[in-house]
Amino acid sequence: MSHVHDHDADHSSVYDGLTGGDDSQWAFGTDFEDPLAGVDTTIAEGVDAAALAAYCLMLGDDALIYSHRLSEWASNAPDLEEDIALANIALDLLGQARLLLARAAAADARVVPPMPAGSPVPAEDALAFFRDEPAFRNVRFVEPDNGDFAVTIVRLLIFATYRLALFERLTGSADPVLSAIAGKGVKELTYHRDYAGRWFVTLAQGTVESRSRLESALTLVWPLHDELFRSHPIEKLLAGQGVGVDPADAAAEVDVLLDQVLSVSDLDRPSVAAMGPVSNGTGRDGRHTEAMGHLLAQLQVVARAHPNGRW
Amino acid sequence: MTTVTDRTETARALAAQVRDPEMPMLTLEDLGVLRGVTVSDACSSGGSEDVGPDGSSVVVTITPTYSGCPAMATMRDDIRHILHDHGFDDVRVAVQLEPAWTTDWITPRGRARLAEHGISAPAAAPKRSGPIPLTLVVPRRVLHCPRCDSSEVELTSEFGPTACTAIYRCRTCLEPFQHVKEI
Repeated sequence: MSHVHDHDADHSSVYDGLTGGDDSQWAFGTDFEDPLAGVDTTIAEGVDAAALAAYCLMLGDDALIYSHRLSEWASNAPDLEEDIALANIALDLLGQARLLLARAAAADARVVPPMPAGSPVPAEDALAFFRDEPAFRNVRFVEPDNGDFAVTIVRLLIFATYRLALFERLTGSADPVLSAIAGKGVKELTYHRDYAGRWFVTLAQGTVESRSRLESALTLVWPLHDELFRSHPIEKLLAGQGVGVDPADAAAEVDVLLDQVLSVSDLDRPSVAAMGPVSNGTGRDGRHTEAMGHLLAQLQVVARAHPNGRW
Repeated sequence: MTTVTDRTETARALAAQVRDPEMPMLTLEDLGVLRGVTVSDACSSGGSEDVGPDGSSVVVTITPTYSGCPAMATMRDDIRHILHDHGFDDVRVAVQLEPAWTTDWITPRGRARLAEHGISAPAAAPKRSGPIPLTLVVPRRVLHCPRCDSSEVELTSEFGPTACTAIYRCRTCLEPFQHVKEI
């Protein structure tokens, strides 16, 4: 990698005269950076590279899509503190998504969609912005609209509890990169889960209105709860190789934690039917809810309009 | 002629003085994100084109505080700039994820600087073994207002203006302040 700026090649840019070739004025730099720069991404012996890439997409897409959803609260939350909290949580998840998508690309470059010749878009961005809906492997649980604050809190509690349980186990992954990403993520997710758990109890013990909103939210969110623990063949395969986690193995622990919050709140699990698979597939197979298309349109529109853009 | 050891010391000292863009009272060394600086000379680089005219290449290793920390890119750019300005032409900034950053790595000098600037320094990070317990009650940290030293403080939010801080309010002087939360 050359750090020397080629001024002659850049005369087409009208901004050159303004910058004088000095990058330092740009708040976040002008170059794309690999979040795994310098990290050894060699795959351990006995690990299936294609499966590892698909698995990293699953975990990365969960974080990317949910981060996008949560970020919609920015400037819209009930008060400034919750605005900042939800944006912080979205930022943590976006960071996890970047690392996981980069890890997926490093494990198997075939998952990265092809870009036009000369495109400066790095692999993690190509994965986020240039994949079509069926190539996303996130659970459907993270797709629906935020709803009101109660819906957001119920979904965040279940998601953070689920993801923290997975990440605690992934700290022992045979893939050192995945293990390191999980080790960092565990610290972040602990704060997310506590935040949602406290708000859940606060809403349950608050006013008649807040409690009734929370009850409606539970009924609304619950049908997609079961899908979180439905093992996908790739999750099972990688669990067998000591790399991934079979979510079914974490279900009991997540249940205990959710029951703890429900019990303190004097609420029962809602008795609503689970949303079933579509054509025998779920989010992990690329089959998504109606909300996903709208979300992706907003997430991807700018990047797709400028596949050769430099930001 | 300077040796690789001298060059390493120089490069390390330069990288260590780069400041955190979000908490500029702290250097990267104070914050504990600077994990290593290595300099290799032209011979050990095998004559690669990447080696600058001074014949050495520098690799500075940093670790993110939080996965999504947006300051990482600025830190990388600032490290490159300061080293370029001091004659290191080939500079690479590498990321180290393992072991994950902990607030325990903030140096005593860093903690003193935080306090001088009205930010409460973190206590010891939680040492955990086994499943992480869910905490439904608001955490009780024993800390003092960085302005008036009162211990009568209350948590406003666990999430502050940067990823690593929580927001508190002092009940004695009524001022809000940030606390670097333990991770």
